[in-house]
Amino acid sequence: MLFDRFDPLKGERLEIMDKDGRVNEELRPDLSDERLKWLYVRMSVMRFADKTALNLQREGRMGTYAPVFGQEASQASAAFLEKDDWLVPSYRESGALLMRGVPLSGIYRYWMGDERGLLGIKDLRVLPIEVVVGSQPLHAVGVSWAMKLRGIKSIAAVYFGDGATSEGSFHEAMNFAGVFNTPTVFICQNNQFAISVPRKIQTRSKSIAQKANAYGFKGIQIYGNDIMAVYAAMKEAMDDAREGRGPRLIEMLTYRFGPHTTADDPTKYRDPAELEKNKPFDPLIRLRLYLSERGLWSEEEEYEIMDAARAEVEKAVAEAEFAPPPEASDIFRNTWKREHPYLKRQENEMLALLRETEGGAPHA
Amino acid sequence: MPKLNIVSAINLALDREMEKNDRVVIIGEDVGREGGVFRVTDGLQGKYGPERVIDTPLSEGGIAGTALGLAVGGLLPVAEIQFEGFMYLALDQIANQMARYRSRSRGQYPISLVLRLPWGGGIRAPEHHSDSPEAVLVNTPGITVVQPSNPYDAKGLMTAALRYGAPVIYCEPKRIYRAIKSEVPDEDYEVPIGKANVVREGKDLTIVAWGAMMREAMKAAEELSSDGVNAEVIDLRTIAPMDSDTIISSVMKTGRLLVTHEAPRTGGIGAEIAARVYEDAFTSLLAPVERVTGYDAVMPLFKLEDYYLPDAKKIIVGARKLLSY
Repeated sequence: MLFDRFDPLKGERLEIMDKDGRVNEELRPDLSDERLKWLYVRMSVMRFADKTALNLQREGRMGTYAPVFGQEASQASAAFLEKDDWLVPSYRESGALLMRGVPLSGIYRYWMGDERGLLGIKDLRVLPIEVVVGSQPLHAVGVSWAMKLRGIKSIAAVYFGDGATSEGSFHEAMNFAGVFNTPTVFICQNNQFAISVPRKIQTRSKSIAQKANAYGFKGIQIYGNDIMAVYAAMKEAMDDAREGRGPRLIEMLTYRFGPHTTADDPTKYRDPAELEKNKPFDPLIRLRLYLSERGLWSEEEEYEIMDAARAEVEKAVAEAEFAPPPEASDIFRNTWKREHPYLKRQENEMLALLRETEGGAPHA
Repeated sequence: MPKLNIVSAINLALDREMEKNDRVVIIGEDVGREGGVFRVTDGLQGKYGPERVIDTPLSEGGIAGTALGLAVGGLLPVAEIQFEGFMYLALDQIANQMARYRSRSRGQYPISLVLRLPWGGGIRAPEHHSDSPEAVLVNTPGITVVQPSNPYDAKGLMTAALRYGAPVIYCEPKRIYRAIKSEVPDEDYEVPIGKANVVREGKDLTIVAWGAMMREAMKAAEELSSDGVNAEVIDLRTIAPMDSDTIISSVMKTGRLLVTHEAPRTGGIGAEIAARVYEDAFTSLLAPVERVTGYDAVMPLFKLEDYYLPDAKKIIVGARKLLSY
């Protein structure tokens, strides 16, 4: 059992496929080459989609966006959830959402300022994107607790970063999960930075994984750029949670290659040499080397993969941009259960004002 | 019909709904074995078991945040935060999460839950056990806030809250928890959310109150009537979204409005009510709106509590001021 064997308190961490694509055969998980190839393709799409979002933002076609560049293998963990499991994302989870089946056009549309892009997430058992850092682990504990109380064998996987572990609500969530033994998998993508503040300023603990011990359950630190380690740890954590052996915390060590969001400039707080040092650990490079070694990847094929990715992403951009914008009156929908007179009056005021000033709502 | 106090009326509402709907679960500190520090959930764990009436760690944010998750997961949580002063520890989950989840998901996750909060002063309690922070909630769109003033409404509002389909904060006026006994039907009924109640009809002035202040307002109205002043008294019942139409109709008739609440005056609900009356009944007003409220100062410990809190005497002074304007 990996969670027992790789004890974070002893400074151990799980790596199965190293940066050169070499696999520790003893630890190799039951992931077929076909599945690994599929993961490579999807992670490539993820990276291209992410890069495109940054470009769209710079061209003024998208709002603030939090990239996942460098964290593709960690985000691919979402592909390993069962259909009836719950995915509870933070704002830096475009890759995980994509792996879960949320349409890319919808993700783009959300970051273009229209929440309706994420209509349909309920059918995928995905919760809304959480922007407050660290608030969502409690929701994951609650929803997985409901599954347990209702006798349903579904788990909740919650995504957050190293910064979130400093929030009080992270403690509350871990504590409730431990006390009620909820089927929750806590996934901490430790990408080394909370905007500009490095990991060492978040906690004096040697690892984030070891914090699970304080709450009475198991944690593991893994190389989050190693898709095999991500899969193996996820599989064991999900099995344990599902079978009532308790919640699990997986600390996925990764590195944020890009900025925190489109609103900051990492050259101000990060030594370029450090970025260069981390580049060889790129999650796509090691998987490509592995597949290449097995004769499952070639340069010509890379062109095909990238062409397909480009086509998929361009289609999503077009869909997002051509989606009709919301009506101004949409402001008044969905805050309240029922319309009430004073709210209706404000809506009418707004509409009258729009008629007076512009002859109609801006997008009508 | 049995005569119940507010504590027993809420307990009865929870009991009946738990019988009917096995999705209802109660969570909070001391709600299980202890039956709640005010005994509101007394006996329910014994009847429904520790999987439906669940003692949690001491963590207001944890209670509120997991309640949201439980609601997403198909249960109907009734979560208790022991005193209103501790609401602030859960405010991220209330204001940033519960209030916005329906909107953020464009209606996909409506979040049906009830958050119970013992409310207000007058019980000789320590600091943070006597406040009335409803204005914090009312300036947070998406949070429905109710407060009963009597046992009948307590049961009916709780039943309505449980069936409402949105996050409802149910404020419990702890000063009158056991002070009033009245007839509470055992059968099913709801007191509608979003509807104020004209409890006493009158023509000379309108008094608006809710929760424990209703008792003071009624006392004041009775005393004023012996001087020949006929006050109309409105129990707001739902604080958000507020039924201002009932208040405005009344003010159009009486021409004078007094609002009373325990919370500080500035930015309080009285200010909102006054603004709405100025919007719609300005020409009916014979005097400026009078606010008889707590002061813009920290709620004192109990040596000074009675000076701080409004009461019937202060309401009468305010009413006379209105009448002699």
